[in-house]
This record gives sequence, structure tokens and C-alpha cells, in this order.
Amino acid sequence: MIAEFGLAALWLAAALAALQLFAGVMALTRPGEGLGAAVRPVAVVQGALGVIAFAALMVLFVRTDLSVKLVAMSSHSAKPFIYKLAGTWGNHEGSMLLWVTVMGLAGAFVALVEKRLPERTMLATLAGQAFVSLGFYAFLLISSNPFERLPTPAPEGNGLNPLLQDIGLAFHPPTLYIGYVGLSVAFSFAIGALVTREVGPAFARAMRPWVLGAWIFLTIGIAAGSYWAYYELGWGGWWFWDPVENASLMPWLAATALLHSVSVLAARNALRAWTVMLGVVAFSMSMVGTFLVRSGILTSVHAFAVDPERGSFILGLLAINIGGALTLFAVRAVTVTEGKRFAPFSREGALVFNNVMLSAVLGIVLFGTLYPLIAEAMGAQVSVGPPYFNPMSALFVVPMLAVLMVGPLLRWRQDNPGRVGKLLILPLVAIVVAAGAMVIMGGVGVLPALGIVLAAGLAFASLMPLRGRSLKRTPLAIWGMVVAHFGVAVSLFGMASESAFSVEKLVAVRAGDSAQVGPWKVNLKTVQPVAGPNWTALEADMTASYKGGARVAIRPQSRSFWSPPQQTAESALVTRWNGQLYAVIGEQADDGRWQLRLWWKPFVTLIWYGALLIALGGLLALIGRVSSDLRRIIAREKIAYRRERQGR
Amino acid sequence: MAAIKPKHQRLVLVLIALVVLIAAGLLAAWALRSQASYFYVPSDIVADPPEADRAVRLGGMVEEGSINTDADGVTIQFVVGDGEARVPVRFKGIVPSLFVEGSGVVAEGRMGSDGTFIADNLLAKHDENYVPRELQDMTEHQAKQVVAEAVEAPAQ
Repeated sequence: MIAEFGLAALWLAAALAALQLFAGVMALTRPGEGLGAAVRPVAVVQGALGVIAFAALMVLFVRTDLSVKLVAMSSHSAKPFIYKLAGTWGNHEGSMLLWVTVMGLAGAFVALVEKRLPERTMLATLAGQAFVSLGFYAFLLISSNPFERLPTPAPEGNGLNPLLQDIGLAFHPPTLYIGYVGLSVAFSFAIGALVTREVGPAFARAMRPWVLGAWIFLTIGIAAGSYWAYYELGWGGWWFWDPVENASLMPWLAATALLHSVSVLAARNALRAWTVMLGVVAFSMSMVGTFLVRSGILTSVHAFAVDPERGSFILGLLAINIGGALTLFAVRAVTVTEGKRFAPFSREGALVFNNVMLSAVLGIVLFGTLYPLIAEAMGAQVSVGPPYFNPMSALFVVPMLAVLMVGPLLRWRQDNPGRVGKLLILPLVAIVVAAGAMVIMGGVGVLPALGIVLAAGLAFASLMPLRGRSLKRTPLAIWGMVVAHFGVAVSLFGMASESAFSVEKLVAVRAGDSAQVGPWKVNLKTVQPVAGPNWTALEADMTASYKGGARVAIRPQSRSFWSPPQQTAESALVTRWNGQLYAVIGEQADDGRWQLRLWWKPFVTLIWYGALLIALGGLLALIGRVSSDLRRIIAREKIAYRRERQGR
Repeated sequence: MAAIKPKHQRLVLVLIALVVLIAAGLLAAWALRSQASYFYVPSDIVADPPEADRAVRLGGMVEEGSINTDADGVTIQFVVGDGEARVPVRFKGIVPSLFVEGSGVVAEGRMGSDGTFIADNLLAKHDENYVPRELQDMTEHQAKQVVAEAVEAPAQ
């Protein structure tokens, strides 16, 4: 029953999306017939139906209803509750259902709360949102029905990929999806504004909170994914330039650029066409990412099914949505009038630089990610990894970060270097000191050394916008900017330090023996078998002591899951304020020794703390912007009310 | 500056953005040609060896009885073959659990000057549904029956 109920909700939601599109277009082309009034309520009900369908699937997974094909394929009755729940989106169909659910919810949310846009732009926006949703509904209902029944219920489920059975990963996909799909709102806004030609500060102020919201979720989702890859894969790295990671990074780069250009549009009414373009590009990158991940064109833990039909379906959707939006842009962009002008040495100038550099990095990542596909079409099998991505992206990130030190200090329109120079004394001192330290230390690679020097300068420069302000009266949006930019410095320092100062030790030891890695002394006591709900493992009982201090117990495992059969390495971590000890146990050699892989990674945790600061900065800015918008709306209503009373 | 009209300013900005993006594209294309890591089977390596120190990947079958562990307990040496040619491989690290003799493997690394392939990373089938991408297509390459069988054989 529940499966049929969910399927019915899904069909209804799809029908309402069609109605939303139809009513929106009709209201735009034939105003005065009253169809426009239907669009908002339909969008809200469509969102609610999506939630109902998704909830139905969650119930099926929690109950492990093995008569449903999807549950039988990717769940198991012996799985812990939380992973049964997470199993809902840990597969192709469920994750696509989550996609349309979030998209419907975003549309409903816009319809409910967005009152600042002109009504016509609003109608075009919701129609655009419905158009994109409709494609994904069709995809679900035609080629990926999550509610499909089996002719006879399966005796037991196939289980969930063990790598995905991890608490961090359970909530990684929903976070990332809210970010991905949240960008659809920016996309639809851009479409709406192109249709009605109303691109201006009001449009930018309306769009900004949505972009900020999606961007915050993307930032957290990427950071969580990176930390998951770091401790779950047992390889000690935190970013592999895996196509799936790139798929999440590309929308983030575009959204970051959009976030900054939308500020220029809101404050100065410049960069109009460019901002609209970025709105289209950001969500297009989300869809490209989905295509790469879901089509199975790339093999990884994320490619749940290799199915050419699905791949071509998503590719078709991609072509229609992106192609259509770009065509509309090409036709309409010329008619968008130029924005206000500004001098190169100004806040706008710095933000344009930031946007161009971010776009260049986006191009580099996109090109590198697609290159293996292009090469394969020409008959060569290649893979592209860090030797390409690291230096090539640094080429554009380094100048961008250098300008980031100065940009927030500049005035809008025009500024003079002399005024700003005084503010940069402290950051410059930090840069010189850090550079000196790097030279004295020696042996640090070029990129990590550059990273540390830039991080030192940026840490101080990012705080400079607060100088001369009363901290209490500083608007939240400024705090947000300062915190986020400081977070960039923190994260950058973590990355550079991990790359420059990590110590690795690979040894084979007998029980009772010790190994030294950096300042840590690690002792292997015994290795014994242990069992979990759906796995068995060999667990190493070890102690670690930092510079001869107290001993901490650590227990890395080599886990064997039995459904589906697979082995994973569960690393053990000891976190200190100044870094992490990372331990993995390998195989037992014929002579009875155990392989141990140990790393000491100074300040590695700053990578993710920095990312959290960046997200926190976004949150502060979001709260600041929304509350000041609210205040403005309330003030306007008060004035209107007073006028009305006087007039009477 | 004040003399510039808005229209001209927009033109200048568009040109700058285009120039930077095209430069990025050209740089990327150049870097990809030199940095992309190509896939080799042993007979490719014998016929036309890659330059030393260039990152490449080697795929094939781990020959029976060829895995040897060095005295340090963490370095292993083995031979990868495709039925026509054989390439010795050295790897220091923890091997994937399904890395066994007679099974398919993809090694990421580079050719050493002594003709041994120095692997930084080994990819084996990590469950019975997953096969490294290159091994799926091996039959299309010169890889012979042996490799195909090894890949299709169920995990031990």
C-alpha cells in the first residue's frame, strides 16, 4: 500500500508541476485572465506531495519492505536503523527522488516567502522551476521508479555498500543535494529575470538569500564529503580530484562567483548580464555533476548503476535545460542594459577579478574532469589526477587569494592605493615573517610554502574590514564576510601544512613492538577478532603517546562486511589541537608481523574547521541580509499605512 | 577613467574575461597532454615504454606465484602479465583485500629506470560488482583471454 501511495503522490506532484508551468506561461502571455493566482498555491502543494512521496520511501526502507525492488536491491534487514534510513538516498532511484523533492520544496518555499520580486518575474521564475522539475519527474517515473514492486518478495535484501555505512556519509548526500538543487532557485530567478528583462538591484537582493542558502549547504556538504573520504577510505588523503568530488566542487565554484557578483549587482547595479549568466551556469554545473555521477559514465562508489538509458535521459535533460537557458540568455542578454561604471581599482574591480579567476578554475576543473571521456572517444584511456589539478588550479587561486587580501578594504566605484596601503602593513609583515620561516625551514614544496605565506597574510587582512568600526554596530553581513574570509585562511593553512609537514610511516611489526611516526610512539599490543551487526573485523589494540606523554588507546580495524561481501579499512584517529595521528592496519605477513600505516598530519583538522568557518560566515551574512530586508519591508508597510490613514 | 562610457567598459570587461578563460583553456589543454596518465597493458609497455617518471597506469593479471614480500614486510614485488608480455612491479604499502595472484589489477605509478614498474597505488576489484574501469574493456585491447578470464572469475 505504502509504495502505491508514494507512487500516486509522485504522479500527482508531476501533474501539478505541469499545471504550474502551464498556468505560469498562460498568465505571462495572457495577463488578466487570473491564471497567475493559481501558480503559487500549486507550487506549494507540489512541494508537499514530493515530501509525502519521499516519506513513503523512507517508511519502506525503515520497514525493509522486501516486496519493493529498490529496498531488496539496496537494503538488508540486519542493518542498523540509521543506515536503513540513510539507505533511502544511498541508491540511484532514492537519490533522484530526493533531488525532485528538494527541488519541489525549494519552489514551494520561494512561492511562500518571496514577496520582493515583481509579480511577472515571480511567475516566470516558478514556471522555470516547474519546467526543470518536470524533466526530473519524467526521469523518475519513466526510467527510475523507486516504488517498483517485485513479482515475489525477495527473501533478503542485497545490503548497502559498506563504504556508505557511516554516520558522516548518512547525512552527506542530503546536505549536498540541498545545495545542488537549491541552486535551481538561482537558475529559475535568472530565467524569470531574462523573460521579463527586470535585472537590477531589487532582483539581486531577492536572489541573494537563496544563493547564500544553497552555497552554505554546498560548503558543508563538500567539507563533510572530504572528511569522510579522509577517514573512511584509509588512504590518508582528504581530496583526490575524483570526478565525483569535482562534480560537487564545480557548482560550488560557480555559486561562490555568483555570490560575489550578486553583491555587486545589489549594491552598485553593475555586472547585470554576468550575474544572470552565473545563475544559469551554477545550476547547470549541478546538473552536469548529476549526469557525471548518476549516468555511471564514471566508476566509483557513487555510480550506483551503469545504465546507458539513464545516462542518455539525463544527458537529454541537460541539453534541454542548459541549452534552452543559454539560448534565452543569448537572445535577451543584449537587451539587458549596461550597469554603472567603475574604476579598475575599486571594490567592483576586485570582485570582477575574483569572478574571472573562479570561472577560470571552474574551467580547469571541468576540462580535467571531462578529458578522460573525450580521450576515450578518441580511443585512448587516460586518467587525470593531482599532477594536473593542483598546479593548474593554483595558477588562478593564488592571484585570487592575493587580491582577496585587498578587495574587501576597497571602496565602491573608485579608491586610491595610498589609503588602502596603510591597512595592509600588518598583513605584509605576516607575509614577510611566514616567508622567512619557510626559507629558514627549507625543503618545503613551492605550493605548500605559497599556501602558508598566503594564509598568514590573509588571516590578518581578512580582519582589517573591522578596523575603525564599532564591533557592536558592525552589520552581520560584514561579520559574515570577515568570518568567511578568515575561514579561507584557516582552511588554506591546514591544506598547506598537511601537504608540507605530514610524516608517513609504513612498517610491519609484531605484537608488542613499537613504531615511531613524527612525535608519536605507537605500540601494537594485540590483534583480535571483533564482530558488529553486519560485519566482522580484525581489530588492532594499540596505544599511542605524543612526545612520551600519556598513552591513548587506538583501535583501527580491517572490517569484512558480509552483505554485500566487502572489506573496508577503519582508520583510527587521535586528534590534538595541532594535528591528527592516523593509523590503519593492513595484512598479516607470513612471518606473523602486521602491516601498519601511520601518519602524523600537523594541523590537518584546520582544513575542515576553516570550511565550517566559511559556512558560518555565509550563515551570518544570510541572517544579516534577511533581517535587514525584513526591516525594510516593515518600514515600507508602516509608511504606506500612515499615508493611507492621512489620506482618509 | 571617467571618460569611459558604460558600453565600452562592458566591452573591456567581456574581453578581459574571454582572454583569461581562453588562456585557462589553452593552459589546461597543454597541461592535460603532458599530465594525463595513460593506461598501458604489459605488451604496450614492452613495445613502446613510457618515459621514465611519467605517471601512467598499468593493468593486467597478477601472475601465479609471483608475489614476494621483502624483508621489511611492507614492500612487495610481483609480475603483471597479459599473456604476451610480463612487467615486474614493486609496491610499498597496504594492498587492497582482493589483490590476489591470478586476479586482475590496475597499478598507478611510473616506470623505474631498471625496467620495474614502481606502483604508488593498486586498484583491485573491491567487491564482486566492481571492476576497475580499464579491466572491463580489456578484451578490446591487446589483452588476451587470460586477463578476461581473471576479471570475470568470481572473487576468491
